[in-house]
Amino acid sequence: MDFILNFWTELGAWAQGVLYGWGLPEWAVNLISDFVGVLILLIIGVMAVLIFTPMERKVIARMQDRPGPNRVWPYGLLQALADAIKMLTKEDVTPRNADRALHMLGALIVAVPALLVYAVLPWGPNIIGKDLNVGVLFIVAIGSIHVLALLIAGWGANNKFSLLSAFRVVNQLLAYEIPMVLCILAVILFSKTMSTQGIVEAQTIPYFVSMPVAGLIFLICAMAEANRSPVDLLEADSEMVAGYMVEYSGMKFAMFFIAEYVNMFAVAILISTLFLGGWKFFGLEDLAPVLTPFIVFAKAVFVIFCMLWFRATFPRMRFDHLVGFAWKFLVPLSMVNLMLGALVVKLTENIWGQAGLMLLGNLVVIAVTFIILNRTAGKVKDAPALKRIVAVER
Amino acid sequence: MNGSPLTMSHVVFIILSAIALVGALGVVLNRNLFRAALFLVLSFVAVAGFYILLEAEFLAMVQILVYVGAISILIIFAIMLSRRMMSPEIKAFNEQWAWALVAALALFAILAFVLLGVVWPTAEASVPENTISDLGQALVSPDQFVLVFEVASVLLLVALVGAVIVARER
Repeated sequence: MDFILNFWTELGAWAQGVLYGWGLPEWAVNLISDFVGVLILLIIGVMAVLIFTPMERKVIARMQDRPGPNRVWPYGLLQALADAIKMLTKEDVTPRNADRALHMLGALIVAVPALLVYAVLPWGPNIIGKDLNVGVLFIVAIGSIHVLALLIAGWGANNKFSLLSAFRVVNQLLAYEIPMVLCILAVILFSKTMSTQGIVEAQTIPYFVSMPVAGLIFLICAMAEANRSPVDLLEADSEMVAGYMVEYSGMKFAMFFIAEYVNMFAVAILISTLFLGGWKFFGLEDLAPVLTPFIVFAKAVFVIFCMLWFRATFPRMRFDHLVGFAWKFLVPLSMVNLMLGALVVKLTENIWGQAGLMLLGNLVVIAVTFIILNRTAGKVKDAPALKRIVAVER
Repeated sequence: MNGSPLTMSHVVFIILSAIALVGALGVVLNRNLFRAALFLVLSFVAVAGFYILLEAEFLAMVQILVYVGAISILIIFAIMLSRRMMSPEIKAFNEQWAWALVAALALFAILAFVLLGVVWPTAEASVPENTISDLGQALVSPDQFVLVFEVASVLLLVALVGAVIVARER
């Protein structure tokens, strides 16, 4: 029974035992186990594409009252596989005046930052690639390499639209990185550690319950970082014709496609780690540690479902509104949340007291935000001009 | 290396140094500005590798965050907005190269002289396990670096306000 309940740790110990049994020295055993671990993490990342493409299509189709893909057996679930075969057989086109090396490099490294993030995402008390004591900082730092990869892709194609989109990449991603980091900082204030494993262990109460403001801001920023509609203005189909990847075709395009889903899954696990309690679920993780990876997966799927929900129901914003929203709304709000958090941490040491005070403060912040928005937003800035336009149209 | 055998960290150090030097050479020798900036990124990443080798993870992450994520992107942005962005083939040398060579060699000589002449102290104790909380405490405790920290923040704030005023439409 114990063996089944602690299946994953027992499996690891058993596999190491087998390797030692073959008479391998310690460094070789460590090397092989590290290698296998990396391989598993990479496969999980890439499997995200096969799992979430059908899910995205089916969920959004359901919300928009249409059948979605239904040709490839069963229920169109193997559509992703068919798409992969199509991508592999397509012609690989490089524009004549493109910077060939950089065009190639962009496609090669675009998925790397997203895959590196999996190294520090915890799947259970002992199931993690590497529990860095700067784990969260590592994720933020890796995110900045993502910007660089998209810049290379946008520049390498020697196309006006991809270059314009590369400008947008920097503009949007840097703007949304700031409120994101401020929310992570609020989490770190309460958990008192930057290790992802430590943050999960510190969450007796999931942080989304005690600070919904930070959680929601983080969700919006994460969607912007993962380039999900309605904040996917890097590739806005209507004006940028797919943006930085407009000149990519065949397998190179598929790399961008893979990167998007790997990124989305990583961000979903990150949200469940930082705000939804990670591998904890009402004591279930102590009863049956074997279930912890499935708890994390279920939470991540829920987060992705919310993202798809937003995609299917919200209209896309205009680009200046999008960046203005980050700078004028999300940054001040996350600052207020951070200062509130600092105050609460100083006021009491008790976990329940902290959570209660923080929740109270957050509700006040939400109320005040709505009152201010009610007074200022939605007012037409240049009312006489609008009246003239309306008069002319009549 | 005082005749000590070649350990793993020496090998890693040599590889990282090679990457950093190739990156640095690429910055000055490449004729394409954008590629030169990317070589600069390579060099920065190798320096982050040195910090990890020295067990300073926090410094390594900050190096990537600040230099790769912010400064190099700023440089690339400046290059993209410059006049010659779309005609990237420009000269790698101008007529001052001889003087620059003399200055660079002089600097190298001085640095080599200093580095070889000084006996560097080495700490006896190993690196503590968790340096981040110590670092955080040091930054905000009154008897250590809080004044420096605050002055630096005020400086950044002034720069930010100045940028807004300069860029503001009137």
